[in-house]
Order: sequence, then C-alpha cells, then structure tokens
Amino acid sequence: MTLDLIVAQLFTGVALGAVFVLLSTGLSVIFGMLGVVNFAHGAFYMTGAYAGVFVLALTGNFWIALVAVPVLIGVMGLGVERFLIRPLYGRGQDYPLLLTFGLGYVLIEVVRILFGTDGMPFETPPLLSGGLDIEGLGYFPAYRLFVIAMTAALMLGLWILLERTRYGLIIRGAARDPEILSVLGVDTRKVFLLVFGLGTGLAALAGLLAAPMRSVNPEMGVAVLIEAFVVTVIGGMGSLLGGAVAGMLVGIVVSMTALWMPEMSEISMFALMALVLLVRPHGLFGRGALAR
Amino acid sequence: MTRDIAAARIMPSGADWSATAQRWRVPLLTVALAALPWIVPSQALAVNILIFGLYATGFNLLFGFAGMLSFGHAAFFGAGAYGAGIALARYGVGWFGAIAIGVAVAGVLALLIGALSIRSRGIYFSMVTLALAQLVYYVAFQATDWTGGENGLRGLTVSVIHIGPLALNFLDPVTKYYVILVFVVAALYAISRLLNAPFGAAMEAVRENESRAAAIGYDVKRIKLIAFTLSGLVCGLAGTLDALHLSIVPIDTLFYQTSGLAVMMVLLGGSGTFLGPFVGAAIFLLIEDVFSIWTPHWQLFVGIVFILAVLFLPRGVWGTLAAWHKRRSA
Repeated sequence: MTLDLIVAQLFTGVALGAVFVLLSTGLSVIFGMLGVVNFAHGAFYMTGAYAGVFVLALTGNFWIALVAVPVLIGVMGLGVERFLIRPLYGRGQDYPLLLTFGLGYVLIEVVRILFGTDGMPFETPPLLSGGLDIEGLGYFPAYRLFVIAMTAALMLGLWILLERTRYGLIIRGAARDPEILSVLGVDTRKVFLLVFGLGTGLAALAGLLAAPMRSVNPEMGVAVLIEAFVVTVIGGMGSLLGGAVAGMLVGIVVSMTALWMPEMSEISMFALMALVLLVRPHGLFGRGALAR
Repeated sequence: MTRDIAAARIMPSGADWSATAQRWRVPLLTVALAALPWIVPSQALAVNILIFGLYATGFNLLFGFAGMLSFGHAAFFGAGAYGAGIALARYGVGWFGAIAIGVAVAGVLALLIGALSIRSRGIYFSMVTLALAQLVYYVAFQATDWTGGENGLRGLTVSVIHIGPLALNFLDPVTKYYVILVFVVAALYAISRLLNAPFGAAMEAVRENESRAAAIGYDVKRIKLIAFTLSGLVCGLAGTLDALHLSIVPIDTLFYQTSGLAVMMVLLGGSGTFLGPFVGAAIFLLIEDVFSIWTPHWQLFVGIVFILAVLFLPRGVWGTLAAWHKRRSA
C-alpha cells in the first residue's frame, strides 16, 4: 500500500464527496424551508445528466450545459412545486413525500421513453481532460479538481446568499416561521417556490457534474437518492454545514473502503450511518427540533 | 386519515350494514379471494394479488394503523423469501419448516431494524428505514454463497406438499393458489384480531397523537417496536409465500422498489383500512397487467395514477368508498 495510491483514492473520495455535498444540500434546503422530503431528488439528478447529454449534443459546449442545465431543471422544479406540491401544504409531511416518490417513477419512465433504456456515454470536456502531476504525490485528474473547486465555490456562494444577504434573511425566516413572515408582508409562497427551484437546480447540477465520472442511465438517480439520504441522516437534516461535512466523510469512507475491502465499499456508508444513529439519533449537526 | 375506524368500534352507529361488514371482514375477504382466480384475467395475476395484498397489509399495519411511514419493508419481504429459500435450497428443510424459518428471520430482522429506526420520527424515520433496508440489500448482494448474489437464489422448487396423508401437487396453479390462500387467511384472521384488541387501539392512539398517548400511560416506544416487528413478520410471511410461488428469489426482492411497491399499493387502496391494501394491490397489478401488454413503459401509468391518488384521493379507492358509505348512512 503505497502513499500515492492512498492519496489518489483519498482524492477520488473528495471528488465523490463533492457530488454528495451538492445533492444533500439541495435535499436539505428543500426540507429545511418547505418541510418536504424530496423523493424525486435522485430523479432530478438523473434528468440533470440527461439534460446535459441533450444540451451537449445541441451545442457541443460543456460550459453552456453547465449554465443551461441547472436553469432548465430548476424551472421544471418551479412547475413541480407550483402545481403538484403546493396543493399538499397543510396535509402533513407524508403526502409531499409520497407525491415526489411517484414523480420519481414518472421522470425515470419519461427519460426511458425519450433516450432509451440503455446508458449513455458522457465525455469529459476536452479542456478538463488532462491532469495535474505532482512529483511524489501522484496524478490528479483535472476534471475532478474542477468538480471539487466548483462545489466549494457554490457552497461558499450559497452560504453568502443565506447568511449575508437580505434574501437569505427572508429564506431563513421562512424556515423558522412562515406565518410571521407573511404577516410581515413577505409572499412566502414565492419563497417556497424559488427554494424548491434552487434545490432541484442543485440536484441537476450534481447530476451533470457526476456524468463524466459515473455512468449516465435512467436508474442512476435511484442509488444516488439513497446515498443522499444517508449523507443527510449522518449530517443532520436541515443543516448545511452537516451536509457538507457528512458528504465529504461519506465520499472518503466509501473510496477508502474500496481500496482495502472492495466488497464492503457500498456497505460502509450504511454502517457509518447506523453507527452515527446509535450515538446521535439526530445526526452529527442536527437539532432535535428539526427531526419532527 | 381514518380515525373513523376507532370511532366505529367504540360506538356502533346506526349503519348496521357497515358494522356487520366490519365484523365479518375476514370471512368476506376470504370469499372474495377464493373467487379471485376465476375473476381476474390470469392465474398468475391472482396469486400475485394474494401475495402482494398480504405484503401491503403487513405494511399497512405499521403505516396505516401506527402512522409510521417505512420505506424499508423490502428488507422483511426479502428476508422471508431468502430465509425460506435458503432453508429449502441449502439445508433441505421441508416446505412448512422453510416458511416458519423465513417468517422467523424476517421477525428478528424487523426487531433489529425497528430498534434502531424508531429512535427517529416522521420523515427521518422513513429515510432511516430506507437506508437500513439498502444495507440489507447490499449485504445479500455480496453474500453470494448464501444468496446467489446478483443471479438470485435458485433451486428451491417445491413440487409436492404433504399434509398428513395428503399429497398436493404444488405445481398445479390452482392447488398452489389455495394452499397460499390458507396462509394468507390465517394471517388476516390474526391481524383482524390484533386490530380489535386493545393493542390495536393503542397503535392508533400513537398514530393520532404520540405525546398524548404517552401522557395516558402508554409505553410509546414499546408499542412502536411491537407494531414494527409484527408488520415485519406479516411481510416476511408474504415473502416466504412469494419464494414458494416463484421457486426463485431474485435479488430485486430486497431492493428499494419493492419497499415502494407496498407504499403505492396501500395508498392506492386506502391506508388504515382493513381491505384497502388488497384493493390497492389489485389496482396496481391490474394496471401492470393491462398496460404492459402494449407498452414496456407501464410504470409511467402507475406513477401518474399514484400522483393523482395522492393529490385527489388521499384516502385511496377503498377508503373513499367506505367514507362515502358512512356519510350516506349517517
């Protein structure tokens, strides 16, 4: 077991973790504001990757896809919140959950009809196909560096938006007490709408970024949904910091077990979750009140 | 959801018809199920409605009556199937012993997963059960020596069933159907008794208001764990019957989609009602049966029907009918 092998695997784990962070952040933001567990989150991730395939075939430019995909799927998310989820507010938390579960089913089938049931190739964009060779440490693929940097920048941007701007104040207020906020003259329905769009846009972006690293197929969102849940449970529901820490932790644990015990790599994240649950039932950074 | 059920039990209303139907629900359902193979388009569909109806009933015990939305019941269905299958194929246990072993394995697993997951509540509970069930799936996937891994478990064909001096040809679809029916009816009878017992009321009390139930003096944690385990046992029985029926156990039996199946069936039929899960299983499987003839994308229709049910028919088909009848006769 050489050092460069361990470093390489650790790096892969961080890149994988970055995708988990984006996913669980979208999930967490939606839950924190709307109280909705989005079971279609994996399906939005999958449609993000396919929207990437589509835009890339149309324009041949990865950078256009990088902007267009989250916007496209985010707008789709707006429609979903407005017409499917909004009628269910006030009916308890199970109904939006069930609805998004059904929506996931439908999205997978629609993609199968449009793009076929087989997987699709997704090339790494030419500009990022190289890598960084550091003497004595190993070789770092440029695309993974890009994914990590992109995630870090997005998380920083999101943190500034939520904690340092007027809009963030409104969003945090809507999460705390939507009724008081609407009394103060804020249209909370609009806040919920935009937050859901933001969450689905993040899921789509995660799908697009993951596409060159993992395979693109209609079922790619199913396993990822469960992985995102595991991350969210470990980090604590509704906690941005928790999601970020847990995402990295899970990514690293999964790829390190893949190095030493390949047959245990899928099991390791669940074992980690069970362990965290035993010690802290609300997750590492979760507060009891949020786990209603 | 359906506090009406508890109410109907406490004060038998003027609606004699529905009170009678309530009392005779197991015999009525038995007659309906016994006639099923002659009503639906195919024998295969009938036996699936029977098995998945029982599976959905087991899930409904937890979701409909105790208010806990589990997304991990594939683990218990699969544990029953694999438990029975491994006993049959690897250890040469007889068919009846295999069923008992399958149910026991599912029960122990439900006790374990339940103990861990009831520490969390609401949607958190849904996610934890889902993740723990996936853990079971991946373990079964890797334990190829026992489970056959990706290829599924094979070689558990039961061709003849001996009951005393009787030898029944289990390969005959009709005989098989009625053998399975005996087990399903026995389980339904037990569930019906349980729901009528004080424990049934205790579960509903926990569903309606946890803190109030605790204030009255119920041990909420214990009720939840017992409900979870009982639900797992019933789903385990359904799993063993599915293994006997199919003669193989596909690895997908343990996957997320199987958990979702129970959720969809129960919601389509009506959660918290006794007959709803069977109605929901029948609707789901009929949609699959009819639409898969002319399109491989039948899941699209199931998904759309399910979304419409969540939006416009949250009590499910049977639950809405029952409520409508109650309003008319009141």
